Amino acid sequence: MSSYNWAPGFIDDGDRAQIVTSRFQYEDGHTLDRYLATGGYAGLKAALARTPTQVHEEVKAATLLGRGGAGFPAGTKWGLCPEGKWPRYLVVNGDESEPGTYKDRLLMERDPHQLIEGCLITCYAVGLSQCFLYVRGEMALAQERVAAALNEAYAAGYIGRNILGSKFSVDIVLHWGAGAYVVGEETALIESLEGNRGMPRLKPPFFPAAIGLYGKPTIVNNVETLANLPWLLTHSAAEYMAIGTPTSPGTRMIAVSGHVRRPGVFEIINGTTTFRDLLYGDEFCQGIRDDNELKAFVPGGGSAPWFLPDQLDLPFEAKLVGAAGSMLGSGAVMVMDETTDIPVAALTLARFYAHESCGKCVPCREGATWLERIMERLVDGHGTENDLDQLLEIGQTICPGPFPHAASERLGLAAVPFPFKMTTICFVGPSAYTPVHSAVTLFRSEFEARIVKRKLIPVSIGASDE
Amino acid sequence: MSETVPVTLNGRAIEANKGELIIAAAERHGVYIPRFCYHERMSSVGMCRMCICEVDTGRGPQLTPTCMVAVAPNMIIDTESEMTKNVQQGVLELLLANHPLDCPVCDKGGECPLQDQAFSHGPGESRYIEEKRHFEKPIAISDIVYLDRERCILCDRCTRFADEVAGDALISFSYRGNETQITTFPDEPFSSYFSGNTVQICPVGALTAKPFRFKARPWDLSQQESTCTTCAVGCRIVVESSRDEVLRYMGVDSEPVNHGWLCDRGRFNFESVNSPDRALQPLVRERDELRGVSWNEALAAAARLINEARASGGAARVAVIGGARGTNEDAYAWSRLGHEVIGTPNVYSQMGDGLPADLLLLERATIDEAANATTIVLLAPDLKEELPVLYLRLREASEKKRSRILEFTPKQTGLTRYAWRSIGYEPGSQVAVVEEALADADIAAQLAKGNVVVVFGRMNLAETITAGVLALNRLLKAVPGSKLLPAFRRGNSLGALQVGMRTGPDGLNIRGVLQAAADGKIDCLVLVGADPLSDFPDTDLARRGLAGARRTIAVDTFLSASTARADVVLPACAFGEKDGTTTNLEGRVSKVVRQVSPAGNTRPDWMIASGLALALGSDLGYADVDEITLDIAINVPGFEEVTAASVAANPDGVVAGVPTAIPPVGLLEGVAPERNSYDLRLVVSRTLYDQAAGTAHSPSLAHLPRGSAVHLHPLDVARVGTRDGVEVKVFNARATVVMPVVADASVLRGTAWMPWNNPGPNVGELIDCFAAVNDVRIENL
Amino acid sequence: MTRLNDANQVLAREIIGRYPKARSATIPLLHVAQQQNGYITQEAIAHIAELVGATSAEVLGTCTFYEMFKMHPVGKYLINICTTMSCALMGAEQLVTHAEQRLGIKAGGTTPDGLFTLERVECQAACTEAPCLQANYRYRYRVNAAQLDQFLDDLAEGQLDAEIPAHGVVARVRQSIPVDRAVSVVAPDDVHEAPVWMPLSGTTA
Ligand SMILES: Cc1cc2nc3c(=O)[nH]c(=O)nc-3n(C[C@H](O)[C@H](O)[C@H](O)COP(=O)(O)O)c2cc1C
Ligand code: SF4
Ligand code: FES
Repeated sequence: MSSYNWAPGFIDDGDRAQIVTSRFQYEDGHTLDRYLATGGYAGLKAALARTPTQVHEEVKAATLLGRGGAGFPAGTKWGLCPEGKWPRYLVVNGDESEPGTYKDRLLMERDPHQLIEGCLITCYAVGLSQCFLYVRGEMALAQERVAAALNEAYAAGYIGRNILGSKFSVDIVLHWGAGAYVVGEETALIESLEGNRGMPRLKPPFFPAAIGLYGKPTIVNNVETLANLPWLLTHSAAEYMAIGTPTSPGTRMIAVSGHVRRPGVFEIINGTTTFRDLLYGDEFCQGIRDDNELKAFVPGGGSAPWFLPDQLDLPFEAKLVGAAGSMLGSGAVMVMDETTDIPVAALTLARFYAHESCGKCVPCREGATWLERIMERLVDGHGTENDLDQLLEIGQTICPGPFPHAASERLGLAAVPFPFKMTTICFVGPSAYTPVHSAVTLFRSEFEARIVKRKLIPVSIGASDE
Repeated sequence: MSETVPVTLNGRAIEANKGELIIAAAERHGVYIPRFCYHERMSSVGMCRMCICEVDTGRGPQLTPTCMVAVAPNMIIDTESEMTKNVQQGVLELLLANHPLDCPVCDKGGECPLQDQAFSHGPGESRYIEEKRHFEKPIAISDIVYLDRERCILCDRCTRFADEVAGDALISFSYRGNETQITTFPDEPFSSYFSGNTVQICPVGALTAKPFRFKARPWDLSQQESTCTTCAVGCRIVVESSRDEVLRYMGVDSEPVNHGWLCDRGRFNFESVNSPDRALQPLVRERDELRGVSWNEALAAAARLINEARASGGAARVAVIGGARGTNEDAYAWSRLGHEVIGTPNVYSQMGDGLPADLLLLERATIDEAANATTIVLLAPDLKEELPVLYLRLREASEKKRSRILEFTPKQTGLTRYAWRSIGYEPGSQVAVVEEALADADIAAQLAKGNVVVVFGRMNLAETITAGVLALNRLLKAVPGSKLLPAFRRGNSLGALQVGMRTGPDGLNIRGVLQAAADGKIDCLVLVGADPLSDFPDTDLARRGLAGARRTIAVDTFLSASTARADVVLPACAFGEKDGTTTNLEGRVSKVVRQVSPAGNTRPDWMIASGLALALGSDLGYADVDEITLDIAINVPGFEEVTAASVAANPDGVVAGVPTAIPPVGLLEGVAPERNSYDLRLVVSRTLYDQAAGTAHSPSLAHLPRGSAVHLHPLDVARVGTRDGVEVKVFNARATVVMPVVADASVLRGTAWMPWNNPGPNVGELIDCFAAVNDVRIENL
Repeated sequence: MTRLNDANQVLAREIIGRYPKARSATIPLLHVAQQQNGYITQEAIAHIAELVGATSAEVLGTCTFYEMFKMHPVGKYLINICTTMSCALMGAEQLVTHAEQRLGIKAGGTTPDGLFTLERVECQAACTEAPCLQANYRYRYRVNAAQLDQFLDDLAEGQLDAEIPAHGVVARVRQSIPVDRAVSVVAPDDVHEAPVWMPLSGTTA
């Protein structure tokens, strides 16, 4: 296969099945010409040849897991729209901002028609009357490519009134984001799309499928989720299920960043590929840089509790990873080698979530900032021993009860499985605590080494001894 | 009965109402779940996370924000579990993290939910040693309300109120996360008529009201429930005082009336009660000077004037004007004084802006019925300006899609935005416009759905009521079964009318009295809280009437333009200084209370009436106010159920029945003449803030009236050849006034709108109260 | 005049026309305003509020929630260096320090010539290409100090004008929906039935 690296970051070495990245080899993969020349819009035609219900059933049968983070099966989600309630809308989540995550942007820049076709199939199957494609504001190229593709597809009759001569009519509207991570959360995405501040709504009662955009049933799906649909419709659920494992079928895109020899985005086989394959495999990352030791890695985006080398042999399988104390999330692995300053690394994530808190929930708004402040103090060498317990206690207000973490042979720790309890509306609050908790639990000594042991406040008129 | 749902609350089986939020169900069953953002009159947002409890719906106990989740069958709610307590303590610690510890200097200290819940549910101390958030200390977000962003806990109550309840989304969150703050748009203050409510619902001391800042500590306040009489909605309030001074009104959540809300005028005009300008002493004119005298002297002087008038040509040479501002008891005593003791038929409580008394015979709707009507027909003034809390109720009815509003108006109103149909008309054409609307298929179909409430009032002070009443009759005939909600403006207008402050056989209404006085046929004019010079729409007639009446007796709280030249001034108690009952526009009778001692030497109006009766040789027979309440219940048709006991037992008030008989009120014949194309038809109506005594003598409100001006549709501004803001000459056959032009798209083309009784030239100079309509012409200076 | 100019008002109407409720166009219109003026002016907010039927306070609330909207003028080039974990692991902080020295400003500041504004930002979705930066939202991957210098020089000399427009311009290609293809916008309160291609059973569209 060609490995012309048109998409910075994307690597397609090896001989794996490609479902969503098959056109990444072409420099002009984003054009309608190339798309049509490589089988484009055949999935839409296949869908239109069946009833909406049949299409929906096919997607259900394929157990297409959502790729936005929660891993909820798309076919099941589509079925949650209350019967007889119209209109219904589709909102495509292209707000990709989870730390470490890099895949939706590639899909939008490199193969926008595939995404558009996925949207059309969804609208057809669920009876959605308008589609809003919400693209993260900072992704200028993705917006241009999607806009150009929409213009081409409209002109060619793939979108709009009476698509391909059928009764199926739908508009797809490109919408700009403007820089706010939390808007990736589906209810915040809807608020944002309504022109408001992107503050999440509480589920229940605001499950988008029941009460979404303008209070109407709304399907929110991730870009990668929808990008699977053209393939699924030109092939079949059975062929899809034949890839990967029954509980995690198909492929998924994983970005591996940090201290590996060859960081990049890979389309891997779900359920069977292990973290060891990915980090050390020749067709993937080819090991840790400079032959260093692996210290820890984040398996599923910045919100995921950290793993240690102990967990390397786990496959990309949600149940197993959950039981081991973390989650697969958005398909982002961040790798830390032995040189990594753990408190500093954890601080970058704690700061991220504190900064991105929407400000709605008190535990997140106040707690995340407090965590960040203490972490900063600890990193700067001004922390006290109290601070470590304090971090965990603040965390207990955001996530009361046992908090998931990985098992560690070195520390004699058993895993605490996913999920956790939380006092916030969305996962931003807990996510601020996650890196702090993982770092303090798994690498406490690194914090202790920085703590100045000041039991007494020195009272002195001379120069300070610091 | 609504359906119930069995749930377990702290181990106890209870029946919750279907659809009820857990927090509300628990509260009804005596379990108070702490909260900051939740407010039962607004949508839940689940921001503060304080109300989280462990709730088990079969999947094990889950942390559940009880303000967002409705009860479900067999739910197990635990508000006292270890986990619940830990969460509540944790959330409180975080809430206090950035909250300044300035309780000793905070107005809210002592009645602060944050302070209270920190004691009851908090960790006791904060471990937060980082630097707190800093903002510039209190900033004025409006004329009346100050915001201290450091104290704000971002509960979204004020912003939700502004958006959802008031419909004035002028305050909003801005920025994000830990930097979130409440802001107004630069140069667009939170100039909502309802801004004071945000101060009341703020769960901390972030929002404070100028009139109360640093005035008293909440624990020093004593309080009683009462009724606001600023307008005829009659909102339920609590009057609070300290050291015998009224310091604050707070809204009471009365289900049928105000839902806890007040308008700013009603909330803050208590300042006038404490005004140094109050009339505090009986006065008698001697050689052109008003001299302070004893009550006995003053009452004797007043009796002398009345007797002289009666002697000169009969009791009809005396007229008693006013009385809609006091209590039912005041009005009843004055009505008896006028009709029985003095014996004049010329008793009249409205000031030329009122409604015919026989409207009281029609089937009356309550506010609740209006707010639940399928169709609300407005043939009414701008309710936002005149009856603000009724505006809130009807706005909500439209926003919640319970009701459709069909509006007929000579100028766009506060409710126009929410109206299903808003039909503009030129004054005088009401009947034609209503008929045309009734012929419209959509409108006819809408009205045919039934459950129609018509709100009827004075849309325009520069026309007679004739066209309005005829239009109302058409409507009522076309839509049988519809009910009427009379949009009286003054506090107790309906009560005064019903208990008897209306003309006897062959009596004169205000217009007639003033005309008769001008013609030298009235010798003694008794003004009971009435100021014709600023209240009566035809200023020229008011002036001539006051000049023509040989003698004037004034009963009032302030000396007004009209009463300054009185021969006898009898100083009356203000609101909060006397007990009694008042009747709102639905006929709801509720209590007003004496919370402070009467200022100076003032007396309640009823007592003044009794005193004057004695001075005239009759005894009304009242030793205290309850005796009058009883007398009303016995003698006034419709008030049979309204006793001191029933009013005391029903804090929301007792709705009085419809009176049995009121003689038909004659209307002036009046066909509006065609408008000359050079002329503009005059529309004059009230604004919330004007020069009324209660506003003018309340320092926080006094500067709020917008000022006299002539508002024209932008196209008419161009047609007249002038510009927005430029002073022009406005004239007709009666007078010429000079005032600025305001280009205002809410004004109908061909009409000119002016606010009534605002600072600046007196608009009343242009109005002939006998003319069906009034026109004006505009020229550049 | 810092309200939307005539051309942008036409564009604004077109954008509003795509949404079932005008309010939804708030963020796109703020982008249009930022493209016109380089930042968001108060007048633009008031104008957008008029156009979408909100109050200025509400639009201000929305505007300040999102990082991309600048309430004050910024440099012609907004240099955003990502400092979240993946980039931090690969030396983002050193890159920021270098940029600060090179430009003579602290992160958050603007150079006196008004050319560059430097910001430390959160994850930009290019984590495998760390450390990365964006100049007016156009990426540069795996940037070292020397490359950064070269890049800033090129920008200053106008060599990259074709690729990187001035601040405020996000997408140079806009969606435009041909009138003859557009389906009418589906307002939430007006439609109560399933779309025509959703037959009750059986047949296809
Ligand atoms: C704080 C937060 C941020 C999120 N960010 C994103 C995102 O950037 N992109 C995304 O597709 N989903 C994101 N999600 C997940 C969405 O809420 C939602 O589950 C997803 O878009 C559903 O699509 P899927 O079912 O196709 O995965 C986020 C969730 C949370 C709680
Ligand atoms: S958890 Fe944080 S980001 Fe999420 S809704 Fe609450 S405050 Fe907003
Ligand atoms: S009262 Fe429920 S979250 Fe605030």
